[in-house]
Amino acid sequence: MNPLAQFRQTYFEECAGLLEEMQAGLEALADGAGDDETLHAVFRCVHSIKGGAGVFGFDALVAFSHLFESLLDQLRDHRVPPNRDVLQVLLHAGDALADIVAAARDDATLPEDFAADVTQSLRALLEGTSAATPAPHTPHPTEASQPGERHRYRIVFTPRTELLERANEPLLLIRQLQRLGDLAVAADTSRLPRLDVMEPEAAYLKWIFTLDTGAAEGSIRDVFEFVEDDCDLTIERVAPASTDAAVAVEAAPPPKGTGEAPIAHTVLAQSIRVDVEKLDRLVNLVGEMVITQAMLTEESQTLPTDRYPSLIKGIEALAQNARELQDSVMAIRAQPVKSVFARMPRVVRDLAASLGKEARIVMTGETTEIDKTVIEQLNDPLTHMIRNALDHGIEPPEERVKAGKLRVGTIHLAAAQRSGRIIIEVSDDGRGIDRDKVLAKARERGLVAPGTQPGDDEIDNLIFLPAFSTAETISNISGRGVGMDVVKRNVQSLGGRIDVTSKFGSGSRFVMSLPLTLAVLDGMVVSVGRQTYIVPLTAIIESLRPKAADIHRVVGRGDVLALRGEYVPLTYLHRCFAIDQAITDPCRGIVTIVQSEGAGRVGLVIDQLLGQQQVVVKSLEANYERVEGISGATILGNGRVALILDVARLNESANGSRSAPANEWFDADALVTA
Amino acid sequence: MQLTKDAAAAASAQDDLRRQMDGGDTQQFITFRIGDEEYGIDIMVVREIKGWAETTMIPNAPSHVRGVINLRGVVVPIFDLRARFGMGLTETTRMHVVIIVATGKRIVGLLVDAVSDIISVSPSAIRPVPEMGLPANDHFLEGLVALDDRMVTLVALSGLFGQQAAPAGGHAPDGDGSDAQKAA
Repeated sequence: MNPLAQFRQTYFEECAGLLEEMQAGLEALADGAGDDETLHAVFRCVHSIKGGAGVFGFDALVAFSHLFESLLDQLRDHRVPPNRDVLQVLLHAGDALADIVAAARDDATLPEDFAADVTQSLRALLEGTSAATPAPHTPHPTEASQPGERHRYRIVFTPRTELLERANEPLLLIRQLQRLGDLAVAADTSRLPRLDVMEPEAAYLKWIFTLDTGAAEGSIRDVFEFVEDDCDLTIERVAPASTDAAVAVEAAPPPKGTGEAPIAHTVLAQSIRVDVEKLDRLVNLVGEMVITQAMLTEESQTLPTDRYPSLIKGIEALAQNARELQDSVMAIRAQPVKSVFARMPRVVRDLAASLGKEARIVMTGETTEIDKTVIEQLNDPLTHMIRNALDHGIEPPEERVKAGKLRVGTIHLAAAQRSGRIIIEVSDDGRGIDRDKVLAKARERGLVAPGTQPGDDEIDNLIFLPAFSTAETISNISGRGVGMDVVKRNVQSLGGRIDVTSKFGSGSRFVMSLPLTLAVLDGMVVSVGRQTYIVPLTAIIESLRPKAADIHRVVGRGDVLALRGEYVPLTYLHRCFAIDQAITDPCRGIVTIVQSEGAGRVGLVIDQLLGQQQVVVKSLEANYERVEGISGATILGNGRVALILDVARLNESANGSRSAPANEWFDADALVTA
Repeated sequence: MQLTKDAAAAASAQDDLRRQMDGGDTQQFITFRIGDEEYGIDIMVVREIKGWAETTMIPNAPSHVRGVINLRGVVVPIFDLRARFGMGLTETTRMHVVIIVATGKRIVGLLVDAVSDIISVSPSAIRPVPEMGLPANDHFLEGLVALDDRMVTLVALSGLFGQQAAPAGGHAPDGDGSDAQKAA
């Protein structure tokens, strides 16, 4: 990768963050929650995007962000009132900016008239004010080079060593100047020392530019605005073409510079960018260390304490340190959920508009941190839940008013950390779940056996069934082929759970409980024959040893367990996996009731529960291939590999086994277990 | 010569070096025994050799897959070469040996009876595997080398494991039907 491409990549990475921050700021402003500081923050974001764009020569991006920035500047100076219309334009401009950044990143060409309306509105707002008060900020050269008003400037630019240290490149600045007009460059090399005393990283050169341009002085100053603290700069207007006396302007930072420069510096000092791969390697290594440490601890318990007191003390200390180290390493990868939450107001805004509803989103706990791996996969289910809440939950304004509610519906998005898990809640004050309707539909689809009367909670949770997303509930918004069952599956694949509680007429509440990381999993260690498996703790509802009277055989379907008036199908793990020497009678083994996908609850027949343990998840696919019914592997304290059961898929294959000839599962039996 | 592409790429630089040092155009093989037969495998793909230890079985895997082990935190599958060659499962003891090899990006272990030697062979000494007129299960055979009174069969990793190249099924000659099961 050539260095410029690398910088480019860094620039776009930064842009992504800046755009997010900008969007959040704009939302806050639009909601009336923002203050001057929010406005400053938005300004800084747009400004930084523009700065980088200039360096890389993304002209369209520079032009647009300049326009955007100018309006923001006017707002800051209270020359444009922050009324609804202006904020609307800002929001649109924010969207357009994101698109232009994306186009620049992908080298895509945008149509000529892209965002023409936004540009138009921005211009209109700007012109409206500049007529009254002349802006100190001159418009960008691309739209302001009026012929006939050319001036000659003499610019003396003396970069200091710090300028180079901050990775600024004088050549790029010179090129930028060149774009403004006819440029003559003279380098002053008088300070250049002899080669043997030259510091290779120091700045010795000084440039004197003569620029004939139609652009105003502000544009010239703009070229240097990112380096003005690190150089000596004089810009003066000189003859000819000018009747004015030369105005020498010392490089005093413009007012806006004072606020942002120190902030940028402190941020730089406090964080560094690290390749995620490096972090992952670190996480893996620490995982290994924890396993080794567990092994040592286990071994040390056989030692007589009085003979090796310091060794045992040392191992205890090691255990403590290892745990702390693991937590700290995990914390490095943790990110605030804000990065996902921040996209949701936009979802609400766009969707509410297209549905003709009025809604606002309130977010709490955005600073709650979870592992990057979880965050990445949170966006889809969350977006869908928000859509669902808006589409099915929040009523149209008139209906709300009639029901005595506020016209504007509220969706509350909350995150909190609770006992090692993250709880994410999406609640709305909409119409809630109509249980009669849901139950009727469920009966119609055969999801609820006739004659049974499920409890309220059970009815609410029917909406997660795959078959429930029906033509009637599908609108063009939340029914894009994705139902709540997909949300549930997404959440489950993250090792989480989702539940809904609802009160008809006053709203619903969806609660997701997710692990803080995907790299570590809380598991129940179980044994079948001589094999040891891990069942994710989140999947387990309860474990019990049934009485013989509770086990019934359903012809052609296999065994079921009568559990508090319900029949739970049994899956024999030893049959699924062809394990010999296993306990075949559930009454002598253990039945673990697990929540599986689609089929509801399933009783997993195993030999024994060995204990509960946190395990580090390893890939089986890296060196082998995907195995049906297995989601991964881990290494136990004794150094042996144990496979982690994929409870949901296990059920599918077990279902297959019930209908298939039974002996098929035994084929590999004798062969595999030597 | 029919090394796996990846192994060949990885090995080529060192091959050059070795050739310069040897002054000859030879290739080195680690030889191992399964029963009375001696086999050879390109030394460049071998990562380490370790004693047999109990594995964790993989459910519904072909019979030559003996399960997985923990190799310093990496989960590595172990293949029983005897079973792969269609000679039944190895009755493992502590004396049995696992050769850890790298094929492409994967690390796998090969269960053999014993490792015997390192041999240097010039390519011209490698004889092609004779056609026996049978529906051969020999796409993992690279060639034969005569060494004094011994014969060493050279094994190519690329042909050994189903997941590497050709479609599944064609590589499960043991016929335990588990591939079919997976497909179903």
